[in-house]
Amino acid sequence: MTADVRTREQATKATGQGSRRLRRRYSLLNRRDKIVLATMVAIPTLIQLVLVWIPTVLSVLLSFVRWNGLAFSDIRPAGVSNYQYIFQTYPSFWPALQHNLLWLAFLAVVATPIGLLLAVLLDQNIRGSRIYQSIFFTPVMLSLVLIGVIWQLFYSQNNGLLNFLLGTSGTPQAVDWFGNPHLNIWAALIAATWRHAGYVMILYLAGLKGVDPSLREAAALDGANSVQLFFRVILPVMRPINIVIVVITIIESLRAFDIVYIINGGKNGLELISALVIQFLVGEAQVIGIGSALAVVLLVISLVPIIIYLSRTFKKES
Amino acid sequence: MSNENLSAFSHATGGTMTRRALVSGAVGLGTLAALAACTGTATGGATASKTLTFGSGSSDDVPKRAYAAVVDAFNKKSGDKVTTNTVAHNDFQNNINTYLQGSPDDVFTWFAGYRMRFYAAKDLVAPIDDVWKKIGGQFGAGLAGASTGDDGKKYFVPNYNYPWGFFYRKSVWQAKGYNVPTKFDDLVALAKQMKTDGLTPIAFADKDGWPAMGTFDYINMRTNGYKFHMDLTAHKESWDQKKVKDVFDNWKQLLPYQSPDALGLTWQEGAQALGAGKAGMYLLGSFVTQQFTDPAVLADIDFFPFPEIAVEGTDSVEAPIDGLMLTKKGGDNQAARDFLAFMGTAAGQEAYFSVDKSNLMTVKNADTSAYSDFNKKLAGVISNAKHISQFFDRDALPAMANNVMIPALQGFLKDGTVDTANLEAQAKALYAAQ
Repeated sequence: MTADVRTREQATKATGQGSRRLRRRYSLLNRRDKIVLATMVAIPTLIQLVLVWIPTVLSVLLSFVRWNGLAFSDIRPAGVSNYQYIFQTYPSFWPALQHNLLWLAFLAVVATPIGLLLAVLLDQNIRGSRIYQSIFFTPVMLSLVLIGVIWQLFYSQNNGLLNFLLGTSGTPQAVDWFGNPHLNIWAALIAATWRHAGYVMILYLAGLKGVDPSLREAAALDGANSVQLFFRVILPVMRPINIVIVVITIIESLRAFDIVYIINGGKNGLELISALVIQFLVGEAQVIGIGSALAVVLLVISLVPIIIYLSRTFKKES
Repeated sequence: MSNENLSAFSHATGGTMTRRALVSGAVGLGTLAALAACTGTATGGATASKTLTFGSGSSDDVPKRAYAAVVDAFNKKSGDKVTTNTVAHNDFQNNINTYLQGSPDDVFTWFAGYRMRFYAAKDLVAPIDDVWKKIGGQFGAGLAGASTGDDGKKYFVPNYNYPWGFFYRKSVWQAKGYNVPTKFDDLVALAKQMKTDGLTPIAFADKDGWPAMGTFDYINMRTNGYKFHMDLTAHKESWDQKKVKDVFDNWKQLLPYQSPDALGLTWQEGAQALGAGKAGMYLLGSFVTQQFTDPAVLADIDFFPFPEIAVEGTDSVEAPIDGLMLTKKGGDNQAARDFLAFMGTAAGQEAYFSVDKSNLMTVKNADTSAYSDFNKKLAGVISNAKHISQFFDRDALPAMANNVMIPALQGFLKDGTVDTANLEAQAKALYAAQ
């Protein structure tokens, strides 16, 4: 009996050992793989830490000091004076904030719907659809310098296409698209739309290709007209894409920078917060404390949509 | 350095692209970059050696070759070896803080003005009074003053400069019978006459923001004097005072005669208006002549200094000076001091001018036989000046110039108003951070 039990114990032990040995033998990862995996996790984490978190924390800290950027001993505490400067003294800040909001509204109300419309039109299997897609997507790929040249050709006061078409080119009545502080923000927004619509179009085209054709058939059988079909069936099905588009639109309007920068460096009616950050942080005119404070303000503003987006995503998952 | 990195990268991506290859490639890249960075910092320049290093921000083709000619001439004369490190112009200017604090070259290209004095006060550059003992006799009072730091020592050797003033077409003025104004009131009257004659009296182009500073500088110097202008730009004077308001009040008399859409125009477009005879005159630096490619137009261009307003006549001229400075590290290197001294002689400046003819030499005894009559006239204006200002963005804190003054002046051009109390509040915050 006891011997019997013992042998049974031994047997189970043996099988246990056997299975452990087996597991080791058939493990998907060998030692080298594990090292590679660890490196691959460690490096992005390190990069994330070095390039994202440490600079973020540093700029928050720097926004509370005065520093000329020379020796560390020159750093002096400044309390909230940098923020005071931004909110109370600096005349460009509030216009910049308004322009960012206008930018967001314009992209959301005009540019994104245009992109959606283009996507729907190009999804109709019309001839040359690929060519049109490429044409509308080109602005997204162009470099800053090229965009500057292209829009200069359109808007230039003395020899621009628009003034030529209006018949005012070279006359005193020529419309000053870039210089007039009431007009130039709209000129810049049109240029931004030109880019943003192409971006949205590509994303929606991908989304439309992914819509199950049987849904369209079913809706058509139920007697839905094309408008109903689109708004009641297709758009709701593309919900994941819609969320991406909303996020992209918000982010694009917050980091909008390049177009105003090439027009006039983000001054004279084209102030945007990101352009102000660059003015204060990059180059000779650097004032580290104020630039960091502006960057922190931009960060806080950006956190609002990010937090809303994340909290919605997590709520759905739970 | 970039070559090594590139080859390492192509090695990692060229073969079969595995995760491991990529990881090891990335590690290799990092090591290589670190190694390259190490070798990059090891620049020469031991104490009292007969070699020196020269950091140049003159990266455009013509100035680059011009400085190479200076280096050659110096080498021929002294036998000292100069190693030149040229960096792209904007990068050089933007990274000067890190450059001067890291391991800079012995000698570097820079310009007179606020930042020159700022680095002198921060002890990042070496005084060169001994050099000035040798070369001082060849420079006028204006140039000598512009080369002096706040402590009264010399820190800078001028190479070349170019004046700002009014440019106009002789033929247009002759046809209409205009005379060069010497008083501000004459200038306003002339502008009024030009307007009735159907011209844009004063071409004005301020899309980029900086050209308007030239007008501010001149009106301020003519209204309140050179010293006040310098103290204001260094923020030793308050912006919120009557003297500053007076400047803008004077300017307001000219506003109706400036190009109406100035905020949408580049200085090149302003120059074209002048060249085409549509504008009567144009206040800009003498680089405006670069825009006149037609030799007939170029020969037709003349210059007059900004007319006098209240004080000091036309003693002050705005003429940004470019030249050389000695870093703290180069301060111990006698060869570097010799090189600076050479730049302050006729031989050095002629070597530079032999390649780059777009600017004026600053030493008195330079051979000006290659100058055109027009150049001679410009040079005369500078050498007769009692005071030389450097242009607002060089005389003031760069942040003040770019982030405060440009928007303020553009606002003034729009509606003729300036909030001097706000200017002072902003100046206080920005200068306090230095």
